[in-house]
Amino acid sequence: MARTLTINDQEISAAEGQTLLEAARDAGIYIPTLCHLDGLTDVGACRLCLVEIVGSNKLMPACTTRVQEGMVVYTDTPRLRAYRRQIVELLFAERNHVCAVCVANGNCELQNMGIVVGMDHVRYDYLFPKLGVDLSHERFGMDHNRCILCTRCVRACDQIEGAHTLDVLGRGAHSMIVHDMNVPWGEATTCTSCGKCVMACPTGALFKQGSTVAEMVHNAEKLAFLRAARERRVWNV
Amino acid sequence: MNLEELNAIAHSERLAQAQKRHHLHVCVGTACQALNSEQIAKALQAALKQRGLQQDAAVKCVGCPGLCSLGPLVEVISKEDSAGPRSLLYQFVKTEDADEIVAHLGGEPVKRLETPLDQPFFTRQLKIVLENCGKVDPERIEDYIAVGGYQALMKVLTEMTPQQVIDEITRSGLRGRGGAGFPTGLKWGTVAKADPNRYPTNVPEGIQSRKFVICNGDEGDPGAFMDRSVMEGDPHRVLEGMAIAGYAVGANYGFIYVRAEYPLAVKRLRTAIRQAQRAGLLGSNIGGTPFSFNVEIRLGAGAFVCGEETALIASIEGGRGLPRPRPPFPAEFGLWGCPTLINNVETLANVPPIILKGADWFASIGTEKSKGTKVFALTGQVKHTGLIEVPMGITLREIVFDIGGGMPEGKSFKAVQTGGPSGGCIPAEFLDMPVDYESLAKVGSIMGSGGMIVMDDSTDMVEVARFFMEFCMDESCGKCIPCRAGTVQIHRLLTKIQQGRATERDLQTLEELCDLVKHTSLCGLGQSAPNPVISTLKYFREEYLAKIKREPSVSANGKRVEEHG
Repeated sequence: MARTLTINDQEISAAEGQTLLEAARDAGIYIPTLCHLDGLTDVGACRLCLVEIVGSNKLMPACTTRVQEGMVVYTDTPRLRAYRRQIVELLFAERNHVCAVCVANGNCELQNMGIVVGMDHVRYDYLFPKLGVDLSHERFGMDHNRCILCTRCVRACDQIEGAHTLDVLGRGAHSMIVHDMNVPWGEATTCTSCGKCVMACPTGALFKQGSTVAEMVHNAEKLAFLRAARERRVWNV
Repeated sequence: MNLEELNAIAHSERLAQAQKRHHLHVCVGTACQALNSEQIAKALQAALKQRGLQQDAAVKCVGCPGLCSLGPLVEVISKEDSAGPRSLLYQFVKTEDADEIVAHLGGEPVKRLETPLDQPFFTRQLKIVLENCGKVDPERIEDYIAVGGYQALMKVLTEMTPQQVIDEITRSGLRGRGGAGFPTGLKWGTVAKADPNRYPTNVPEGIQSRKFVICNGDEGDPGAFMDRSVMEGDPHRVLEGMAIAGYAVGANYGFIYVRAEYPLAVKRLRTAIRQAQRAGLLGSNIGGTPFSFNVEIRLGAGAFVCGEETALIASIEGGRGLPRPRPPFPAEFGLWGCPTLINNVETLANVPPIILKGADWFASIGTEKSKGTKVFALTGQVKHTGLIEVPMGITLREIVFDIGGGMPEGKSFKAVQTGGPSGGCIPAEFLDMPVDYESLAKVGSIMGSGGMIVMDDSTDMVEVARFFMEFCMDESCGKCIPCRAGTVQIHRLLTKIQQGRATERDLQTLEELCDLVKHTSLCGLGQSAPNPVISTLKYFREEYLAKIKREPSVSANGKRVEEHG
């Protein structure tokens, strides 16, 4: 059953059960996201895809809100733009995001998002916590300083590879991505070295060893391909 | 156990109690127990034995009677020959006083220990949830049965359909006591109607139920101890409320989620569950009816966010205590994907009296939109701190100055903070405002679970805001960015203001950040975290401005500093 709704004054048609994010993208309407990745379940954590729905006094995440008949949605109001910019600034201030010396420079979703939301400066204090870099794995590395805790790697490892090597330790600003029971990556016995976590990473937090500045190109689309291939036996994307 | 057997237990227990002329009730709530009240109970017992009064008097360990600031408390209830029973309350009792108390039984009270029972702290209260706290022994089911316990459960099982129970709760106007004030009857109705097969479920083997009742006892607000006192002082009431809720919504399994920091509550709940199971008041075929209901305790590991319902469910399932976006709400998609009813301890404790006395009785108490009573943990700068239960619609002034006894000598009232880290500070100009869900929300605070912290004129409001923000920052789960990173930056800005390093620009950044965190956070923790900052900025802005201009916020004589040009 098709559903008709209005996004940014544009009437669109969507399939029942689709999320607002999917419906908007099908209609060519861009909604910024960082924690969403095609092929993984959505967690609604980055809050960049929040949209205004007429009749609701709360902002709703487009990635986990299902379309409804007659919905009237606005995805790009001045208020939302201001919030998105603040959120991206908070991310840049939270850890150590210096693009000029980052392996993902030029191929980074966080960097792109800074441009999308028009971030010309950060009004918050840079916190620069001293976090480690885990190079114990023979092929990959993890730089916690670049991590934005989107948990895409955690979900890719669990939902696509099925290993669940990665998870989050601690809470709040002290949250850290860990391997197994918080052991160095190279000692994680459940890790299959498949590299799906590296593909999923939006920033330079997960990288192939040997990459230097601007050399790390993630391949996040491959995860959606893998999922489609496995679940629907479709190999052409 | 059926109704006749229940009545027989109640009858024989009342008979046994009626044989004693004096009843000595010793509070063994956490606060009094920390002051050695169990030893006092033993000393009283020994003194009775020594004087040969065992046939005449009995010592009973009871839950919290409320006036924690005067503990350990011992209440002596004596049957007078002519008039009704006479009650005496002894404060600051020590084990050495036991003999003297026993010696004065039936005679003149021990003057140096006596505290009047007709003081406003007691007379202005109205106890429904706490009616048995301080009266019954929480570790004996017979004692609870003797005061009418489990009668409500028997009534719903034998005389009412689930729909009638829901209608009764709906008509009573009971609203969730966890803070948000969602109408309880509406929630019960939603869970009752929810289809357990709508979402894929993943219930562990051995659990037969496809709907669940969860009692939220993860009371995490600093300074709040309402739910703890109910669970410690009257645990059977919570179980009875849960079983009634289970019957109404069609659930056969319940969980009580309690913080591990409440060992006494956990112990008493465990005892209560065991006793109720043995008595056939929990388990299979309760009261000889087809209804079965089991209760299990799950301990929280000290995360504040687990008081949020979706995080609590994740924790019971064995995952990290992280909230998830709603909808779908737990009423449709909850524990292991099943429709789940989550109610606060106090909400469930209100259920048995509503069933027994009727919805109309309950609806006659309180205001138009907020019915019944509310339990508050009154703390801070008042003479009488402790646990109170007041009808909705009472004014803040009555709570602070009549029940609380006002400020300590030489201090004046500045603000009252309700709702813990999610609430706001209410200044003196709103003292005559009625306490109900809508009024509190209107002035920028919330009812919350019932923490109430009174502040005097020496309180630094920026520091108050900073304290609560530090709490929220530490307790943020870290899932969503506004709460995880936003609270850190708000805390930094408040620290900067406190240290006199801030500018007007920082104040603007602070306000923008509060707005962001309030409106974009994923769960209630983040959405309400800025409330203490927003409310102090609204009512005590001059203190912030004074600090920005590097001036002391409050002058020596306690008056607020006016703005200098």
